[in-house]
Amino acid sequence: MLELAPSWYEQSARERIEALLDSASFRELLGPEQRAISPHLQAFDLPPAFDDGMIVGSGRLEGRAVLIAAQEGRFMGGAIGEVHGAKLVGLLRAAAATPASVLILFDTGGVRLQEANAGEVAVAEIMRAVLIARAAGVAVIGLVGGRAGCFGGGALIAACCSRLIVSEQGRIGVTGPEVIESNKGVEEFDSADRALVWRTFGGKHRRLIGSADLFVEDDAASFRKASLRLIDQPPPFDLVATEAEHARLARRLARAGDARDAQQMWTRLRVPDASKVADMPTEEFIALVSGLPDVSHESR
Amino acid sequence: MSLDELLRALFGHSFTVDERADGVLLGEARLAPAQALTLIGVVNAMPLGVEGALTLAHRILAAVRSGQRQPILVLIDSGSQRMSRRDELLGLNEYLAHLAKCLMLADRCGFPTISLLYGGGAAGAFVATALATRALVALPGANPAVMDLPSISRVTKLALQVLQRIGASTPVFAPGLTNMQLTGAITEVWDPHADLPGELSALLRRMSELPEDARDRAGEQYGGRKLSARVAEAVRQQAGRRD
Repeated sequence: MLELAPSWYEQSARERIEALLDSASFRELLGPEQRAISPHLQAFDLPPAFDDGMIVGSGRLEGRAVLIAAQEGRFMGGAIGEVHGAKLVGLLRAAAATPASVLILFDTGGVRLQEANAGEVAVAEIMRAVLIARAAGVAVIGLVGGRAGCFGGGALIAACCSRLIVSEQGRIGVTGPEVIESNKGVEEFDSADRALVWRTFGGKHRRLIGSADLFVEDDAASFRKASLRLIDQPPPFDLVATEAEHARLARRLARAGDARDAQQMWTRLRVPDASKVADMPTEEFIALVSGLPDVSHESR
Repeated sequence: MSLDELLRALFGHSFTVDERADGVLLGEARLAPAQALTLIGVVNAMPLGVEGALTLAHRILAAVRSGQRQPILVLIDSGSQRMSRRDELLGLNEYLAHLAKCLMLADRCGFPTISLLYGGGAAGAFVATALATRALVALPGANPAVMDLPSISRVTKLALQVLQRIGASTPVFAPGLTNMQLTGAITEVWDPHADLPGELSALLRRMSELPEDARDRAGEQYGGRKLSARVAEAVRQQAGRRD
């Protein structure tokens, strides 16, 4: 019987780390035994987690030393709180000091509302730490395929990474479907329409418009192979790369700014068989994408 | 304090601004005696969408290309990020992050970057503007928020009264300037009735002494974020001892 690889989407943060890195190479930093828990949850009668939903450490990928951070989507939706955010800031500052590639396994609904102000400032601190590490030549690679998706501040951090890998299950967005619906009404966004949610935020759409650099199957081996492909020659963070990103984002807006739906946008972006994309199997989709302009680029 | 009163207080008549309908502001100003500044902003409590973020980013990149290192002043009385299906389809996260990158790039290229929060500011818009500059100054009337309490109540399923009670004693989550100050995110609060041009000149003089990112240490000092700096430092040090 074909042994099916476990689904990344279903795995816990720790299972993903174990499956992604060379076996037994992971060394956790500020692990659960050091009890770095959130001081703010007691006021809400909410139980803390000993890693505050963010696991950080070092390990190896094909023998190469890497730093890794993984959000636990099962703890408060992977939401970014004070301690959760500070662990990632510390890891990125370490990466800038003694350069080593950083893998960020996103799984977050965004800022943790019970710690809203601390979480929001942490998002900005993480973005700054990513850019400082990148300016020091470090590759910061985002992996997006978890249940909570990559929303709110998480999506702004993802857009600061050198490279981004996404699976079909992954979703990336600033305002989540439920919040758009509750603020603007069901005509603006029907969050119960799963096909619409995935067409708008999902991995295929993000790959087709160039938000993500690689699209992979929903398993650790695929994410691992993709990480190895992207870990060398990361785009630097400088004026040239930022101007190239500007041109890319301006082109996207000019060509597809009036599209009301993803399929319309794909057609604007000259994606052949746009109507078939949603149900296209992974291999076929990857082949389709490799032939498209503006989809593989250095401008991030 | 209205935008016009603020600009007149700071620059007298030596400023020109173009305020667009979507709240995006572009302009120039001269601070007596002879300091030229680039003005950008999100005003009139408007949300920030893909077009606005791209326009502001374009203005910053033009300044960086010029290489003249004029200070960039970001005037902020905004809403949150624009909440629409279209903005998300287009990848609003990339446009907002791009704006933040342009501000951080300008800072790294030697341009003093200062945000002046005189009104509202929330979530993605706040992160991409106010928190992306080296300094963030606020006026007492400013009202930064992550999410209004009714929306937090909807998302967390906690009753509004419960949130209001907890908000009174737990600064870390309720909206408002004082709470944001306690996190260490605000560099200075200026008295609008005092000498605003003098405050801006003094800040410009000491910009180079401001650390690139010590908000976590300030948060520890003010008590709103007692753990951020220590946790980040612990991880950084433990990572340093790796093989």
